[in-house]
Amino acid sequence: MDNLSVDHLIGIKDLTKQDIELIFKTADSFKQVINRPIKKVPSLRDITIANLFFENSTRTRLSFELAEKRLSADTVNFSAASSSVKKGETLIDTVNNILAMKVDLVVMRHPNPGAAKFLSERIDARVVNAGDGTHEHPTQALLDAYSIREKHGEDFKGKKVVIVGDISHSRVALSNIFCLQKLGAEVMVCGPTTLIPKHINTLGVKVEHNLRKALEWCDVANMLRIQLERQEIKYFPSLREYTMLYGLDKALLDSLDKEITVMHPGPINRGVEISSDVADSEQSIILQQVENGVAIRMAVIYLLAAKINRS
Amino acid sequence: MEKRTILNSKHLEITLRRLASQLKENHQDFTNTVLIGLQPKGIFVLERIKEILEADLNQELTCGQLDITFYRDDFRRREQPLIPSVTNIDFIIEDKKVVLIDDVLYTGRSIRSGLEALLAFGRPKQVELMILVDRQFERHLPIQADYIGKTVNTLTSQVVLVEWKQNEGQDQVYLVNQEDKNG
Repeated sequence: MDNLSVDHLIGIKDLTKQDIELIFKTADSFKQVINRPIKKVPSLRDITIANLFFENSTRTRLSFELAEKRLSADTVNFSAASSSVKKGETLIDTVNNILAMKVDLVVMRHPNPGAAKFLSERIDARVVNAGDGTHEHPTQALLDAYSIREKHGEDFKGKKVVIVGDISHSRVALSNIFCLQKLGAEVMVCGPTTLIPKHINTLGVKVEHNLRKALEWCDVANMLRIQLERQEIKYFPSLREYTMLYGLDKALLDSLDKEITVMHPGPINRGVEISSDVADSEQSIILQQVENGVAIRMAVIYLLAAKINRS
Repeated sequence: MEKRTILNSKHLEITLRRLASQLKENHQDFTNTVLIGLQPKGIFVLERIKEILEADLNQELTCGQLDITFYRDDFRRREQPLIPSVTNIDFIIEDKKVVLIDDVLYTGRSIRSGLEALLAFGRPKQVELMILVDRQFERHLPIQADYIGKTVNTLTSQVVLVEWKQNEGQDQVYLVNQEDKNG
């Protein structure tokens, strides 16, 4: 099988293990490309991509844009803050207008869960979900798993990954759980009871409320940010208390009897979920994640674009 | 299955030795020359040429492998996307004499992609092309080889297959009909 089983990348839930492995294999080649003197290939010369960001983003947006440019695609950028959305235009109208300008592929971030799926069912272009509310963020999960693969080897069987923090409001957590489980890893979530979804057990993950115990169990810890912008009520007494119970600092990391890998999808709140000395330590692969993000997004776009019929 | 042998194992060895000698004639001590095999099949020709030359010259040659997948001109025109192979060029080709090596020259499109891919690694002083089998009169682009192992006249419906002892058990080059290959 040399092709993706899906026409759009809406969520990891829709992918097969073979799809994920194909994306990784393709990303290996793109990682070589972006480390050359000339970091560009001409594959997508006749493809136009629209980046629609209805929600703030720095890393993901830059990463997608860089990936598209390194594939030689033409790109148009749109951000809600400076657009007609503010004048009352609906999502489908905004997108139809952009598609009328002959766009082949849409990368979209939107605050509403399901927005990417809604779009993919209504427009004649490939859709890549760059985060839809609290639902999924598939390329982040792919680059996280790819970074784990780089550090710990191709076989995920028996690998233990703990996701720490605001699980309830995190699309990164959900996509990571699907991705890691499909690859055969064991997943645990850790955080205060109020930030762990009630029915998380149905996903087959372990739940732990004690950070030390979670870290002693795992090979890799993925530290998430507290999504204050999505929390309409207070879920814990204070940030200071959260940091004391769920913040990862060097003393805690050094007190473990094994060396674990520390990840963070960014943006980091230094001194809250992760201390500066941990974020900058040898065990942290945060910047490798960013580098791998470009390669993974090149692979996803390349493989989806390959399915766009020329005629 | 109708199968016509173009080069048997003995003949292939003689051909490879002749190609290596021709290279030596033009590049002498290879100080400013690099050999680059095109993925996926050109690298087997490269390996053999390298083996012969290194034994003969008693020195190591600079060799690399180039993948052209992302430079092909048939992206989105194929049913299945191509899976890329490894590119392995850990030297600078700026101002070097480059010899591109592939097994079969047919339409010339792979070589065109190879030339484009090569430029991502710098501006070579000169690029030459070495081909084991040249399918004459079948070119889509104005590309010709500098070193040719064997020239053959073929039909569009035919395929030239090159087999190597480390992969298929024996060295040989033969011609089959397209449908026989697929069937």
